[in-house]
Amino acid sequence: MNTFSVRRVAVPAIAVLTVGLTLTACGNNNDNGGGSSTGGSGGGTINGGGSTAQAVAQQTWRSNYQKQNGGTINYEEVGSGTGVENFISKAYVFAGSDAFLTPQQINQAKSACGGDPIEVPNYVSPIAVAFNLPGIKSLNLDGETIANIFNGSITTWNDPKIAQLNPNANLPSTAISPIHRSDDSGTTFNFTDYLSQASNGAWSDAANVTWPKSVSGGQGLDGTSGVIGGLTDTPGAIGYADDSAVKATDLGVASVKVGNDFNPPTAEGAAKVLELSPLEHGRGPDDMAIKVDRTSTEKGTYPLLLVSYVMACPTYSDATTANTVKGYLTYVVSSDGQQAAAQSAGSAPLPASLSQKATTILSKISSGS
Amino acid sequence: MTATASPERTGPHDTASRPSRRGDRTFEGIVRVAAFTILVSLVAVFIFLAIEGWVGLTADPSTYEPFTSFITYITPLVVSTLLASAIALIVAVPFAIAVALFISHYAPRRLAAVLAYLVDLLAAVPSVVFGLWGGRYLAAYLQPLHVWLHAHFGFLPFFGPEPPSPNGRSLFTAGIVLAIMILPIITAISREVFAQTPRLHEEAALALGATRWEMIRYAVFPYARSGMVSGVMLGLGRALGETMAVAMVLATTPNTTLNVIGVASPPTIAANIALNYKESTPERQSLLIATGLVLFVVTFLVNFAARWIAGRSARRMDR
Repeated sequence: MNTFSVRRVAVPAIAVLTVGLTLTACGNNNDNGGGSSTGGSGGGTINGGGSTAQAVAQQTWRSNYQKQNGGTINYEEVGSGTGVENFISKAYVFAGSDAFLTPQQINQAKSACGGDPIEVPNYVSPIAVAFNLPGIKSLNLDGETIANIFNGSITTWNDPKIAQLNPNANLPSTAISPIHRSDDSGTTFNFTDYLSQASNGAWSDAANVTWPKSVSGGQGLDGTSGVIGGLTDTPGAIGYADDSAVKATDLGVASVKVGNDFNPPTAEGAAKVLELSPLEHGRGPDDMAIKVDRTSTEKGTYPLLLVSYVMACPTYSDATTANTVKGYLTYVVSSDGQQAAAQSAGSAPLPASLSQKATTILSKISSGS
Repeated sequence: MTATASPERTGPHDTASRPSRRGDRTFEGIVRVAAFTILVSLVAVFIFLAIEGWVGLTADPSTYEPFTSFITYITPLVVSTLLASAIALIVAVPFAIAVALFISHYAPRRLAAVLAYLVDLLAAVPSVVFGLWGGRYLAAYLQPLHVWLHAHFGFLPFFGPEPPSPNGRSLFTAGIVLAIMILPIITAISREVFAQTPRLHEEAALALGATRWEMIRYAVFPYARSGMVSGVMLGLGRALGETMAVAMVLATTPNTTLNVIGVASPPTIAANIALNYKESTPERQSLLIATGLVLFVVTFLVNFAARWIAGRSARRMDR
C-alpha cells in the first residue's frame, strides 16, 4: 500500500510539472519569435511550402537568406497541390508549384490576396531520359522514338528505329522495360508535355501530372528515387527523372534530337529553351507563366525540362511579412540565388532576362493596399 | 458478463473503506472514457471521410484522370487491394498456424520461447523497411519464380497471358511482403489460443488412442477456431490497409489486370492515396479521400465479418 500511495502522489505531480514546463517552454518560444520579427528589414518569419522538386533548392535559399538577413523562412515540402491550396487559404504567404495556377485558382488567389497574384519561375531543371544497358552510356533518341518506346510500340533495344539513330552503337536484343512515375508528378507533366509536342503525333495524350491510361506495359514506381531504383535494378529499363538524380548514378543518358543535333541534358540548354519560349496568354502583367516551346530547333537547346514557379501576393497587410517575402523571393530569382541552387540541387539558373523580369515584378510587393 | 460484474459490485471490497470505493469508481470512469474515445474517434474518422470525400464521388470527369468516373477509378484499386490481401492470406495463414502449433505443442519449451520472441520481433519492423527490402532485394530473388509461374501456369488468368515482370516488382511480390508482415499477428494470436486448450481435453484425446496430430485436430483446433479466425481477420485488416510497403514494392499501371505476376498492376487503395495525395489538386484530394471512404467501408465489413464469425464459434462453444 505504501508504494501505491507514493505513486498516487508522484504521478499527478510529475504530470503537472511536465505540463507546466511545456507551457512555459511554449511561452518562451513565442516571445522569441515575436521579438526577432522587429522592423521592416525583411528579417521576419514567413511560412510557405509546396513543390517537392524545389525542396533542395529551397533549403539552400533559406539558409543563405537567413544567414544574411536573420528571420525565419519556413518551406514545407507538402507537394505542389497542397502548397497552392494553402496559399489560397492564406496558411502560406508564398507557395512553390510545378504547375502554374489554373484560371480558377487565379480567381481564388485574387480574393485571398486582394489583387492579381504574382507568379514567377524560380526553379528550372533538365529532365534526363535514362536507361540501363550494360556498356552503353549514351544513345541518340528523338521525340518520336522516345514516345514509341514509352507507348510500347518499340519493344526491344535493337529495334531498327533505335539502330537507325545510333549507327555506331552495339545494341542488344534486350526487351525494353519503360518505367514511369506512379505518383502524380510535375516531372511526368513536363515529360508528357514534351512527348505530346515533339513526337509527331506518336504520343496521343495531352500533358498531365498523371501517367495516361492508354499507354500500357510500363511500370509505375514511386517518386524520383523509386524510378532510379527501378532503373538500376532492371537491365533494359528506360525511364525519366530529374537530371541531377540521374547524374549520381552510372545509368546511360539519352541525347535528345534538336534540329539536326543530338543534345544531352544541360542546364544551359534548358535555360535557353525557357528564354525562347513565349508567356502563357491572357494572364495578368505580374504573371510569368511560361508556355514552354519544346519543338525549338535552336542550336544547343535541351527541350526536356521542368519549370517550377513561386506564387506570392502583391500586397500584405503586415510590413514585416511584405518585406521578408519581397527580400527572400528577390534573392531566390537573383543570379546569386540561382547559382546557389545550381550548385546544391543541380538546377539550371534562370536566364538573365527572365531573372531580371522576375526581380522587377517581385520588387512591387508592398504592405497595405 | 453478469457473472464477472456482480462480484465487483457486491463483493468483499464493498464493505472496505470509502477511498477504495472512490478509487473503483474513478477507475471505472477512466475505462469507460477510454472505450468511448475509440468509438468517438472511429465516428470522427468516418464523418471526416464522408464530408471531405463526398465531392470526390461526383466531381468533374477530368478529376478522375486517367479515368472518367468514380466507379471506373476505384474498380482497379479495389481489385488490386483484394488480390494482394488474398495472396498475403493464402501464403501467411498456413505458415502462421504451423509456426504457432510448433511453438505451442511441438517445440521444447526453451526453443519455443525464443521462437515466439523472434516472431513478435517481426511485427516491430517498420513497414517502410519491409517496402525497401521487398522492392530492392526480395523482388529480384522472386523474379525467377515469376518466370516459372508464367511458364507453367500461364493459362490461369492470374499468371498470364502478358509476360512476367522483368524485375519482380509485381502484385505477387507485394502480397508476399504483406504475408510476412501479417505473419506475426496471426501467429501470436493462434499461439495464445492453442496454449489455452484445456489440458484435460488433450489428455482425454491421447488416452483414447489419438496420435499427436489427431489430438491437435480433434481437441486443439475446435477449441481454438474462433481465436484463429479472429487472428486471420486482424491480419487481413492489416493487409487491406497496408500502405508504404505496397507503394514501395509495386510497379503500377492504371490498367485493371488479374495477372499478379505481370509487369505492373494498379496500386491498392491505401497505396494509391499515399502515392498521389501530395502532388494533387484539391478536387483530386477529395477524390482520394473518397477512395479512403471505400477502403474504410471494406475494412469495416471485414471486421464485422470477423466479429460475427468469432461470435458464432463462441456461442457454439457455450452450448
